[in-house]
Amino acid sequence: MSAIEGLETAHHHHEVEHEHHHEEQNFWQKYIFCEDHKVIAKQYLITGILWAVIGISMSVIFRIQLGLPDSNLSWLKPVLGGWISDSGKLDPNFYLALVTMHGTIMVFFVLTAGLSGTFSNFLIPLQIGARDMASGFMNMLSYWFFFLASVIMFVSLFLQAGPAAGGWVIYPPLSALPQAHPGSGMGMTLWLVSMALFIVSQLLGGINYITTVINLRTRGMSFDRLPLTIWSFLITAVLGLISFPVLLSSVLLLIFDRHFGTSFYLSDIYINGEALPNVGGSPILFQHLFWFLGHPEVYIVLLPGLGITSEVIATNARKPIFGYRAMIASMLGIAFLAFIVWAHHMFVTGMNPFLGSVFMFLTLIIAVPSAVKGFNYITTLWKGNIVFTPGMLFSIGLVSLFVSGGLTGIILGNSALDIQLHDTYFVVAHFHLVMGAASAFGLFAGVYHWFPKMFGRMMNTTLGQIHFWFTFVGIYLIFIPMHYVGIAGFPRRYYQFTSYDFTHKFMDMNMFISVAAIFSFLAQFIFLWNFFYSIFKGKRAPQNPWRSNTLEWTAPIVPGHGNWDGEIPAVYRWSYDYSKPGAKEDFIPQNIPYSQTLESNLPHENELISTEKVIESQNFNDQFKSSH
Amino acid sequence: MYIIIALVALVFVVLTGIVIARLQNVLKSVTPSESADAEPSGNRWNGALFIVILIVGAVTITWSYLHAREFFLPTASSVHGRRTDDLFWFSMGILTIPFILVNFLIFFFAWKYQHKKNHRASFYPDNHKLELIWTIIPAIVMALLVFTGWKAWSDITADAPRDAEVIEITGKQFNWIVRYPGVNDNKLGDYNFKLIDAQNEVGIDLSDENSFDDFTNPSEMHIPVNRPVLLKIRARDVLHSVFIPHMRVKMDAVPGMPTKFWFVPDKTTADMRAELNNPNFDYEIACTEICGQGHFSMKMRLIVEDEASYKKWCAEQKTFLETYPEYLAKVPENLKAKAMKYVPAEAASPADTSATSVGSGAVTSSLR
Repeated sequence: MSAIEGLETAHHHHEVEHEHHHEEQNFWQKYIFCEDHKVIAKQYLITGILWAVIGISMSVIFRIQLGLPDSNLSWLKPVLGGWISDSGKLDPNFYLALVTMHGTIMVFFVLTAGLSGTFSNFLIPLQIGARDMASGFMNMLSYWFFFLASVIMFVSLFLQAGPAAGGWVIYPPLSALPQAHPGSGMGMTLWLVSMALFIVSQLLGGINYITTVINLRTRGMSFDRLPLTIWSFLITAVLGLISFPVLLSSVLLLIFDRHFGTSFYLSDIYINGEALPNVGGSPILFQHLFWFLGHPEVYIVLLPGLGITSEVIATNARKPIFGYRAMIASMLGIAFLAFIVWAHHMFVTGMNPFLGSVFMFLTLIIAVPSAVKGFNYITTLWKGNIVFTPGMLFSIGLVSLFVSGGLTGIILGNSALDIQLHDTYFVVAHFHLVMGAASAFGLFAGVYHWFPKMFGRMMNTTLGQIHFWFTFVGIYLIFIPMHYVGIAGFPRRYYQFTSYDFTHKFMDMNMFISVAAIFSFLAQFIFLWNFFYSIFKGKRAPQNPWRSNTLEWTAPIVPGHGNWDGEIPAVYRWSYDYSKPGAKEDFIPQNIPYSQTLESNLPHENELISTEKVIESQNFNDQFKSSH
Repeated sequence: MYIIIALVALVFVVLTGIVIARLQNVLKSVTPSESADAEPSGNRWNGALFIVILIVGAVTITWSYLHAREFFLPTASSVHGRRTDDLFWFSMGILTIPFILVNFLIFFFAWKYQHKKNHRASFYPDNHKLELIWTIIPAIVMALLVFTGWKAWSDITADAPRDAEVIEITGKQFNWIVRYPGVNDNKLGDYNFKLIDAQNEVGIDLSDENSFDDFTNPSEMHIPVNRPVLLKIRARDVLHSVFIPHMRVKMDAVPGMPTKFWFVPDKTTADMRAELNNPNFDYEIACTEICGQGHFSMKMRLIVEDEASYKKWCAEQKTFLETYPEYLAKVPENLKAKAMKYVPAEAASPADTSATSVGSGAVTSSLR
């Protein structure tokens, strides 16, 4: 088997002594303040999963409020205490807090930290052939800043006045004036502090990902041989590095407005019987700054999912990804456009209508690279030999959700149509499909696919498949009807729909959505059980369970510190040589030189055989070999 | 009751999971280890499910759409609204094609090309022609949609016609207040947020003579049919957003930055009541920008009526000065005579004295 041969070449210079392996690490160094990217990835993953449970539970509570408004919530009293009235009703202020925290937690703590943090950390060194991240220490700091942000955000949930409640976009003046809402007091302060720390964490992580990808690729791993996962993590990190500082600045200015009497966002305000002295500020300024991060954030969340999907679909369709270069180009295109479409969130904020037209043009352009990605995934499935591993199912599901949710984005990106649909459930349905569910599917696909590498054990396949179908069907059952509710004009962030005649309908539809949400929530326990059970009791994983090409599967089943015993493998080909005509197996790992696969080489690949000597003699960035 | 169902479902799901896992373990120990060409675990039923879900999904989505349609908002009651409605359904119609096509291909390919024994996938890494085709086609469709949308958007956001009826609407926690320019001068007077108090809720500046005949209303807005109406939108405390669902009108209210939106309503409330066969129908104004606890109930009634009844209604409204004659004290001396016209005769003289004593503090602060 060619994979084994490749392994043996990698093991040629096996017995090289590594000083690092001598010192035994204690518990704290090994599992807590660990600098090993694999442990940090797991820390991110577990924290992300815990946050996801909290964040999704919140959505279930407010879905009960919206869909089953007459239900008695007294059973939540042990958890929510005073937020449930004596008659079993949810407090309207806490409803807003739940909506806000659900958004914040899911967007930042689960789908940014949980997804990027986990897979960028885990896969970048393993797939590019590096011992670890460029700076293990910064990587550790990145996690612990995230942890600190998590703790502060978590503490804010237990404040007397409740956590932040101005929507996850925290538009001032509502978020700037404690007298405007109970959630704008201490809850908002903690939100801002937590997010500031979170941004620090993202920047520490992002710089590290970029540096590692650029500097620590193994011998022969040129950019055009990088797996698409790494491309997506690299582009995501760049997006984050450029946009998160802008969020930090907007957060800082908001802190100034709240505590030091400045007027960046405040002007002409009369509240609680007094006219405030602030003049000259603009709430719209905050929206510009916020969405300058906020929109790239959508892609920060989504691109890693797309990268993971590319890898998983190619592996399990047993086909090369269709249009590798087009995939990279479309990701670059999306990343570039992501920075110049932010104001499509602001068509009806009173922004100059001319700007609205400009942003409409730019927004709709982004549909083109997205469409290219969608079609390329489909063509990759075409004439494949598909194995429905849970990871593959979630990847296929992602493509469907991405396309279905993306299409309604074309409606919303059209400023004339956005007038009616802005801030209705149509928007909620749109972004939950395209960014929420699609990215969550990317996360699931990644966990199922790389679980064997993370824990050396397999997750249960059948449970994974059941989990997929329940979740996939559940997601569509929630969000397709939600589009209808949106077309009927239901505004979002409403505590109840009884105040208006135009929302005094669709009672059964809202109930249906809520029941579907509860169903999908419960289905996630299949995953939780499968995940935690398999960590300890799962079947032992083989070396390369999915018969995949990428480098991580050449490392030991449970890679130790430094990932590879002996030398890091060299790379001679791209990672998508699946089902190559003439080859013995239907996959050829990246570390197999062309000289060993003469039977399947394409004409131009035979010419590359002469370069193998050059690749092997290269300086190969082995951190263990360089002096410290 | 739902809670019990939910809990039972949870227990059921977990139990199913455990049973399946056990079964799997048993099966695993029986079957020989997988070779490369063995049927991957569960491949067949997963492949089949793609087709089942495809068919069931197509049927349910069609059915649910037809069912939901009766609850959508009726056709817009404004001129631009019908245009955006048409544009919306036109775009939805176009987008339904890729929605069906792409999802069909995903589900169908997943089923069709599932793993087969002794079969190998085809090595098909790229095709520039194909890539070009599906870059250009979406680009052309987008260009079409952008163009129609852009035309509509520029017309809707163009400056309001000169003869538009100007009405000011101010959002506050948690209701709307409308202010009319008055029947005599038909001009809105100045305002200043520092003049706001319990009675003068929108901060009418009485040193501007245009404001003398202005009147406000905290519960309903009347507008004439078939005439452009220009809403001047303000917020007093936090962001709000004026949303008139049946008119397809939405615009944020921003403290410190007045916004506007104009539209031509062309169905009166009475027309709509007849059309919908619902004698209780009313147009409503809602808030769509989160503004605090009462966000979900910032309701204001909107009455669209013919020109004559609108004029009549306006004439019946008491001006601000008429309602609160004590504010006469805030009118500068040189304009007092003009303002007196709007103050009820019997209230004029006593109010004058009382206002000086009651409102003196406010006066000095406002004149500062």
